[in-house]
Parts: sequence; C-alpha cells; structure tokens
Amino acid sequence: MALIRQTSPHTRGAETTSRVMQLVMLAALPGLLVTTAMFGWGTFINLIWISLIAVGSEALVARLRKRPVAFYLRDYSALVTAVLLALALPPLAPWWLTLIGTAFAIIVAKHLYGGLGQNPFNPAMVGYVLLLISFPADMVNWLPAAGTPGYETLSFGQSLQAIFPFLGGNLDYDAITMATALDVVRENSSLTWSELQATNAALGGTFAGKGWEWVNIAYLAGGLFLLYRKVFTWHAPVGMLGALIVMSLVFKNGSGSDTHGTVLFHLLSGATMLGAFFIVTDPVSGATSNRGRLIFGAGVGILVYVIRAWGGYPDAVAFAVLLMNMAAPTIDYYTQPRTYGHKKPRKGLAKPEDR
Amino acid sequence: MADPITQLVLILVSTILVNNFVLVQFLGLCPFMGVSGKLETAMGMSLATTFVLTLASVCSYITFEYILQPLGLEFLKTLTFILVIAVVVQFTEMVVHKTSPILYKVLGVFLPLITSNCAVLGVALLNSNRMDSTLLDSALYGFGAAVGFSLVLVLFAAMRERIAAADVPLPFRGGAIAMVTAALMSLAFMGFTGLIKL
Repeated sequence: MALIRQTSPHTRGAETTSRVMQLVMLAALPGLLVTTAMFGWGTFINLIWISLIAVGSEALVARLRKRPVAFYLRDYSALVTAVLLALALPPLAPWWLTLIGTAFAIIVAKHLYGGLGQNPFNPAMVGYVLLLISFPADMVNWLPAAGTPGYETLSFGQSLQAIFPFLGGNLDYDAITMATALDVVRENSSLTWSELQATNAALGGTFAGKGWEWVNIAYLAGGLFLLYRKVFTWHAPVGMLGALIVMSLVFKNGSGSDTHGTVLFHLLSGATMLGAFFIVTDPVSGATSNRGRLIFGAGVGILVYVIRAWGGYPDAVAFAVLLMNMAAPTIDYYTQPRTYGHKKPRKGLAKPEDR
Repeated sequence: MADPITQLVLILVSTILVNNFVLVQFLGLCPFMGVSGKLETAMGMSLATTFVLTLASVCSYITFEYILQPLGLEFLKTLTFILVIAVVVQFTEMVVHKTSPILYKVLGVFLPLITSNCAVLGVALLNSNRMDSTLLDSALYGFGAAVGFSLVLVLFAAMRERIAAADVPLPFRGGAIAMVTAALMSLAFMGFTGLIKL
C-alpha cells in the first residue's frame, strides 16, 4: 500500500487567478461606464490603448525571459493593471503619456520583481505616480463633467484626436479642461464652503463634486459585488474608509474659508472608492493577515487625507498606497496570526533562542 | 514664526518625512544599501545611528556656535565637524563598552561604521546653514533625521527580505533590484512634497 503524503492546503477554492481577475474587471465595468458618461469617450479609448501596451509589455518580458508567453497572458493580471491605470488617468491623457506609464508599470514595477505575486508595489499606482511626478501639467487635464453649464461633452472623434494628436484636429486643452473639485478646495483660501458650492461648477454636485460622486458610487457598487463574491475581505476597505471618515471629521476645520471639506466630499471625490475597493485590496502588494490589512487600509486612509489636506498634489490615493506598500512587509512581521496548535504567535523578529 | 511647540513638531515632520535624508536628500545611502539585507541588523544600525546622530548634531552645533563663529573660522566647519563626529563616535563606543555590555553587543559592529555615514556630516552642515536655530532645534533636527533614516532603513530591510524570495530576472538580482526598490520608495516619498515649507 502506498502512503499518500499530503500537506496542507487540503481543500482548494474553485476560483483560479484568471477567474478572480475577470471578476475584478467585471466589477470595474460600472465605474468605466459612468466615467465615460460623465467625462466623454477619452477613458474608453485610453483603456483600449493601455490594454494593448500592457499585454504587449507582458509578452515582451515573457519572451525576453524565455518563458511561455501564453501562460503569462492567460492570468489577465496585465489587463487588470491596464484597467486600473485607464480609470485613474485623465480622460484626454495623450498616447505617449499612457505608453510611458503603462510600460513602466508592467516592466519595472511588476516584472523586474518576477511578475505576478511578487511585486512589492502596486504596478498601476507606480505607473500613475511616475507620470504625476514627471508630467504634472498633463496629469491634471480633467474635463468638466457632463451637464456642466456652458460645456459640451466631446464626441468620440474629438476625443480620439485629443489622445492621438497626429490624427489631425487642434483641440485647445486650456479651453475645455477644468480643475477637479479636490483641486478647487485645496487651492481655495477666501471662500466659505457654501460660497464655493454656489460659485464653482466643479463642486455643484448633489453630495460632492459634480460627476465624481456618481463615478465613486459606481465603484462602490462594483466593490460591494466583489466583497459579496469573496474576492477580498472587508478589512482593507473598511480600514481605509474608516480612517478617512475619522480624519475628515476631526480636521474638517469648520465650513469657513480654511475648510478641508465635508466627510461625504472626501468619500465621494477623486479616487477614494476606486482606491478602497480596487487598489488597497490588492492581495500581492498589501498586508497578508486580516489585522494587517486593517492597519494597511487605515494607513492609506490617513495618508490620503494628510496629502489631500496639506500636501502639494491634487489627489493622494496613489502616493498613500505606495507608501503603505513600503510598510506592508513590516506590518506583516508584527501581525502574524497564531498558528493552530501553537500557544503564542511569533511577533516581529525571531528571538535569539529560536535560531 | 509659529509658536515654539508647533515649530518643533514642524522640524520633526520635515526631517522624518518631507525632507527625508535618505529618500529625498539622498544622504546616507551607503548604510541604507549596505546593512538592509536583514531586518535584525537594520534595527541595530537604526538604534546606533539615532543615538550618534542626535549627539553629533548637538556637539557640532556647540562647536560651531561657541568656537568657530566667535573666532571667524566658519570656513573650517567641514573639517571640524568630521573631527567632532569621529570623536563622538569613538567616545560613544568606549562609554557604551564600559557601561553597558549588552548595548555594546547590540550596537558594537555598527558604531565605527557610522563615522562614514554621510548623513551625519550632512545633518551637521545643513544645521549650521540654517538661520537662527537654537540648541534644542539642532538636537531635534538631528533626532528627526535619524528617525527618518531608521524608518526607511527598517521598512527597506523588511522589503528586501521579501524580495530575496522573489523570482527576480537574473541580471537584476541582488544590488540592482535593491536600487530599483529604493528608487520606487523615493518616488513614493515625493508624495510628501509641499506638506511643510521650512
């Protein structure tokens, strides 16, 4: 009789990596649709262009390393990075900008570390931060949301020409772009909150920034779907949103001219919901244990608020995520859960007698 | 000018995060790359550096303020600071060796290494360039710089332990991927830009 040697895990989930990645892309769909409805075709065109670059870079690295190309492409992780980048970048980002960001994200942030499952930083956020630091002027070209008075949404052709200028057409960027609600609040030093809402079109939404509120609600819906399908646990998003709520309650600074904005404004502006449900939940670059994830998320929430309120950049989710990615291995050291059958968890460094 | 407490907090936030000596000002890179291979050694190095940096910045402040400036010898400050730092490090090593053998065992190897840490000299020099700083200011400046150094060193060491197990492409193994990681960390620290203007 042959003894079958088996070690854990004895049961496996039905979900494969590619299935999980497909679910994430499906959950990002409402966000993509609302972004397209609010800010025009730019994001949609960018998504296709970025996906091409991402898949191309992934295939290039696999070829260079003499690995099976099809195997790498079949897990869809490059496409998820592409989707996140496309959703995070401004709709009219020119083709060369997205080319640099995406190639850097896939090749440097992901494949130099050995590819999926081994990258310490979230690739999409590395690409975004690189572009934000290198080309700040191109990265704030956000369009006014649909329905803003005196503004017409760009047609498909116009968006295409804006992204690929060699196709002809001369679009005057400065005439159509507009500061986002977060920018308006950060730059404001003279108007009270209600005056801002009354005078500035970007802040003329129902709860928060115009257009942005619906984009964020769409991400929230997609995120709740992923949570329901158990793609990730609740810890990281709750940590991030909870910390953001606490910070914006404590440091709101009244509703006068030096206000930092209401709680709802911070929850439904910029990339908050995209970050909370699609980025801090990254199983690779985040913390591993549940308690670690809670701390990881809370750290992101606190940093997002600190950089938004007092920092020099328009939105902070990408920076906050990278900074916490840096801290994730250390968090893991200190939040190792107790293993079944052992008395005490080993925390931090190994004790001398353990060696 | 803000009130004193705010001023001190600003100095700390500025030196630890906004103007982090390693990731923003690129000082002290040799120990940052050299002793970050293991978390344990990184912790030892952090402790030793924090101790020496604070002490050295106080000593160089006193030397600059009460010896060099009255004599009009400011141009000698680089030379003097190097001497002061070497003396402080040697002195610390001797005192620790005599008084606390346990601490000496923890810090021992790292103490002489700190003499060559350019962040220590950098802090002393930058400190003497700042206008109207007091003794407390310069002590905090040194302490904040050391805490910032320790923070990124420990985080970096934990990351490197994880990267050591990754399937990194052959040409990038070892030092190369560590440099790439340090660069990406520096990219992340750019997010603190503009937080404080000091």
